[in-house]
Amino acid sequence: MELLQQGKGELIGWYDPDEARDWVLKNKSRELKDKTMSVTEAVSKFVHDGDFIASGGFGHTRVSMAVIYEIIRQNRRNLIMAGKTAVHDLDVLVASGHVNKVEVAYSFGHELRGLSPGSRRMVQTGQCKVVAETSNAGYQWRWLAAMMGLPFIPTRTMLGTDTLAYSSCKVVEDPFSGKPVALVPAAYPDVAFIHVHRCDIYGNAQIDGILVEDFELSRCARRLIITTEKIVDNEFIRREPWRTSIPFMVVDAVVEVRYGSHPCEMPGMYYYDEDHIAEWLSLSKTSEGVKEYMQKYVFSVDSFDDYLELCGGVKKLNYLKRREFLEEPMTAPWRKES
Amino acid sequence: MSIKQSKYNIREFLAFSGARVLEDKKSVFVGTGLPIVAAALAQKTHAPNLLIVFEAGGLGPQLPELAISVGESRTFHRAIAASSMHDVMSLSQAGYIDYGFLGAAQMDMYGNINTTVIGDHDLPQARLPGSGGANDVASFSHKLIIIIANQSKRTFVNKLDFLTTPGYLDGPGARERAGLPKDTGPYRVITQLGIYGFDEGTKRLKLISLHPGVSLGEVKENSSFGILIPDEVETSPEPTDEDLRILRQEIDSAGIVLGK
Repeated sequence: MELLQQGKGELIGWYDPDEARDWVLKNKSRELKDKTMSVTEAVSKFVHDGDFIASGGFGHTRVSMAVIYEIIRQNRRNLIMAGKTAVHDLDVLVASGHVNKVEVAYSFGHELRGLSPGSRRMVQTGQCKVVAETSNAGYQWRWLAAMMGLPFIPTRTMLGTDTLAYSSCKVVEDPFSGKPVALVPAAYPDVAFIHVHRCDIYGNAQIDGILVEDFELSRCARRLIITTEKIVDNEFIRREPWRTSIPFMVVDAVVEVRYGSHPCEMPGMYYYDEDHIAEWLSLSKTSEGVKEYMQKYVFSVDSFDDYLELCGGVKKLNYLKRREFLEEPMTAPWRKES
Repeated sequence: MSIKQSKYNIREFLAFSGARVLEDKKSVFVGTGLPIVAAALAQKTHAPNLLIVFEAGGLGPQLPELAISVGESRTFHRAIAASSMHDVMSLSQAGYIDYGFLGAAQMDMYGNINTTVIGDHDLPQARLPGSGGANDVASFSHKLIIIIANQSKRTFVNKLDFLTTPGYLDGPGARERAGLPKDTGPYRVITQLGIYGFDEGTKRLKLISLHPGVSLGEVKENSSFGILIPDEVETSPEPTDEDLRILRQEIDSAGIVLGK
């Protein structure tokens, strides 16, 4: 196969497929065992300085914010993050200096809410490096290659663009069609965190709504922390096994955190807390503001429940439930901030 | 220009113009903002069976209100499926997407788009979000529609700072040479001044219609590159009162995308 082009992006999280199999053999137990623990313990055990981390969900939807805040609390440094439409999670981790390398599909923006002042400042002052570019399809096929135990997946996206030139892909002549094809390399995050609707104590998890990239991400991550709205009985999982999105043997920790995606959405449960997001977008315009946010919402609280109380408690949570079910009108408090 | 004084604003006109391009019984892969609004308007008017597709897994929703994110629960409200990015991107690569629909910050005469950086890549003046799903949408869709709300010399540029998303790359045949699916590429560009297509021979941007009250001079002045001008230039159609009512009351009642 002739090599036609080589992207100059840094190759993050790639392993030889045999090395990857060996790691699974030695580290991923097939024993049904209780993996429940606190978020403090999960982060302390499975997130290390310098790790390549990836967060589940999409944008502000179904994000394991409890883990994100705990990473800041435990002061993990020099993290590399997958910018796979990573929004609030990536923004707070980059702005606070815990993530200093990103491979970008979509980062530094809050979709319709505008760009992220905090993380953009870090990139534009050289404190956070974009080590590779890719596309959303490109990133999720990196996970797919890894979960399949393959070195790469061929695709026809990104060809001819600077996105490919700054990626870690290679372009070769396809031996079947004779046409150029891009090879996206497998990516195995050191640790991923995925927030789900229901999970048993072993890690068998159900997700309602779109899976986004979490089918693939859960299976390729070397370590996987599941945070769940509710821990359910194993019998509940076995009654409808076709609803299991993530099987227990890929899971390393199970943490029950109600409203654990806040201020992000949990489909079918609660909507975005736009007031909180607007407060972050406003505060993160300065590095002092970022410190103020962290002091207020991360360091001064003892638990996620305390954090929720600070964000408006039961009254706010009931409102977010009504918003999810279209019983309250849309608001856009960040509009005056942009 | 006249749009400012008329019964609709520029963003409403852009949404309406985008909706008109879309056809019933076809599929459209939409990006954030105006493309969502335009697809929703098409679905509520002439294209009730328009299959709207979102990158995170929403297939065929009927949007109950404006989606803030292309991955939130509204994107699979009353949908035919809530699947995954792998599913949506695979269907797209396999040829199931008729129209891709994107917004853009900077474009060149071949319809290539930049949403990555202004300035140097490694230490940029302005860091933008990157491709997201845009490169995939532009690579895979049979026809790509691009909305740029603020056509000017700064947004219609000779050379992009970064070619994030493929148009016709550097001209005829370039997409196929690079390995992109054949017979794909930009189809329409809609700005606050007019509606454009691409010349078949040169793959360069070519004017189709001017919005009411806009002059040819304005179109030329607000571009760094030469826009091909055909002998006959039409006037873009205007939205009806009913189109405007749907946009304002049913699709974006808070005025988040369309403004108040």
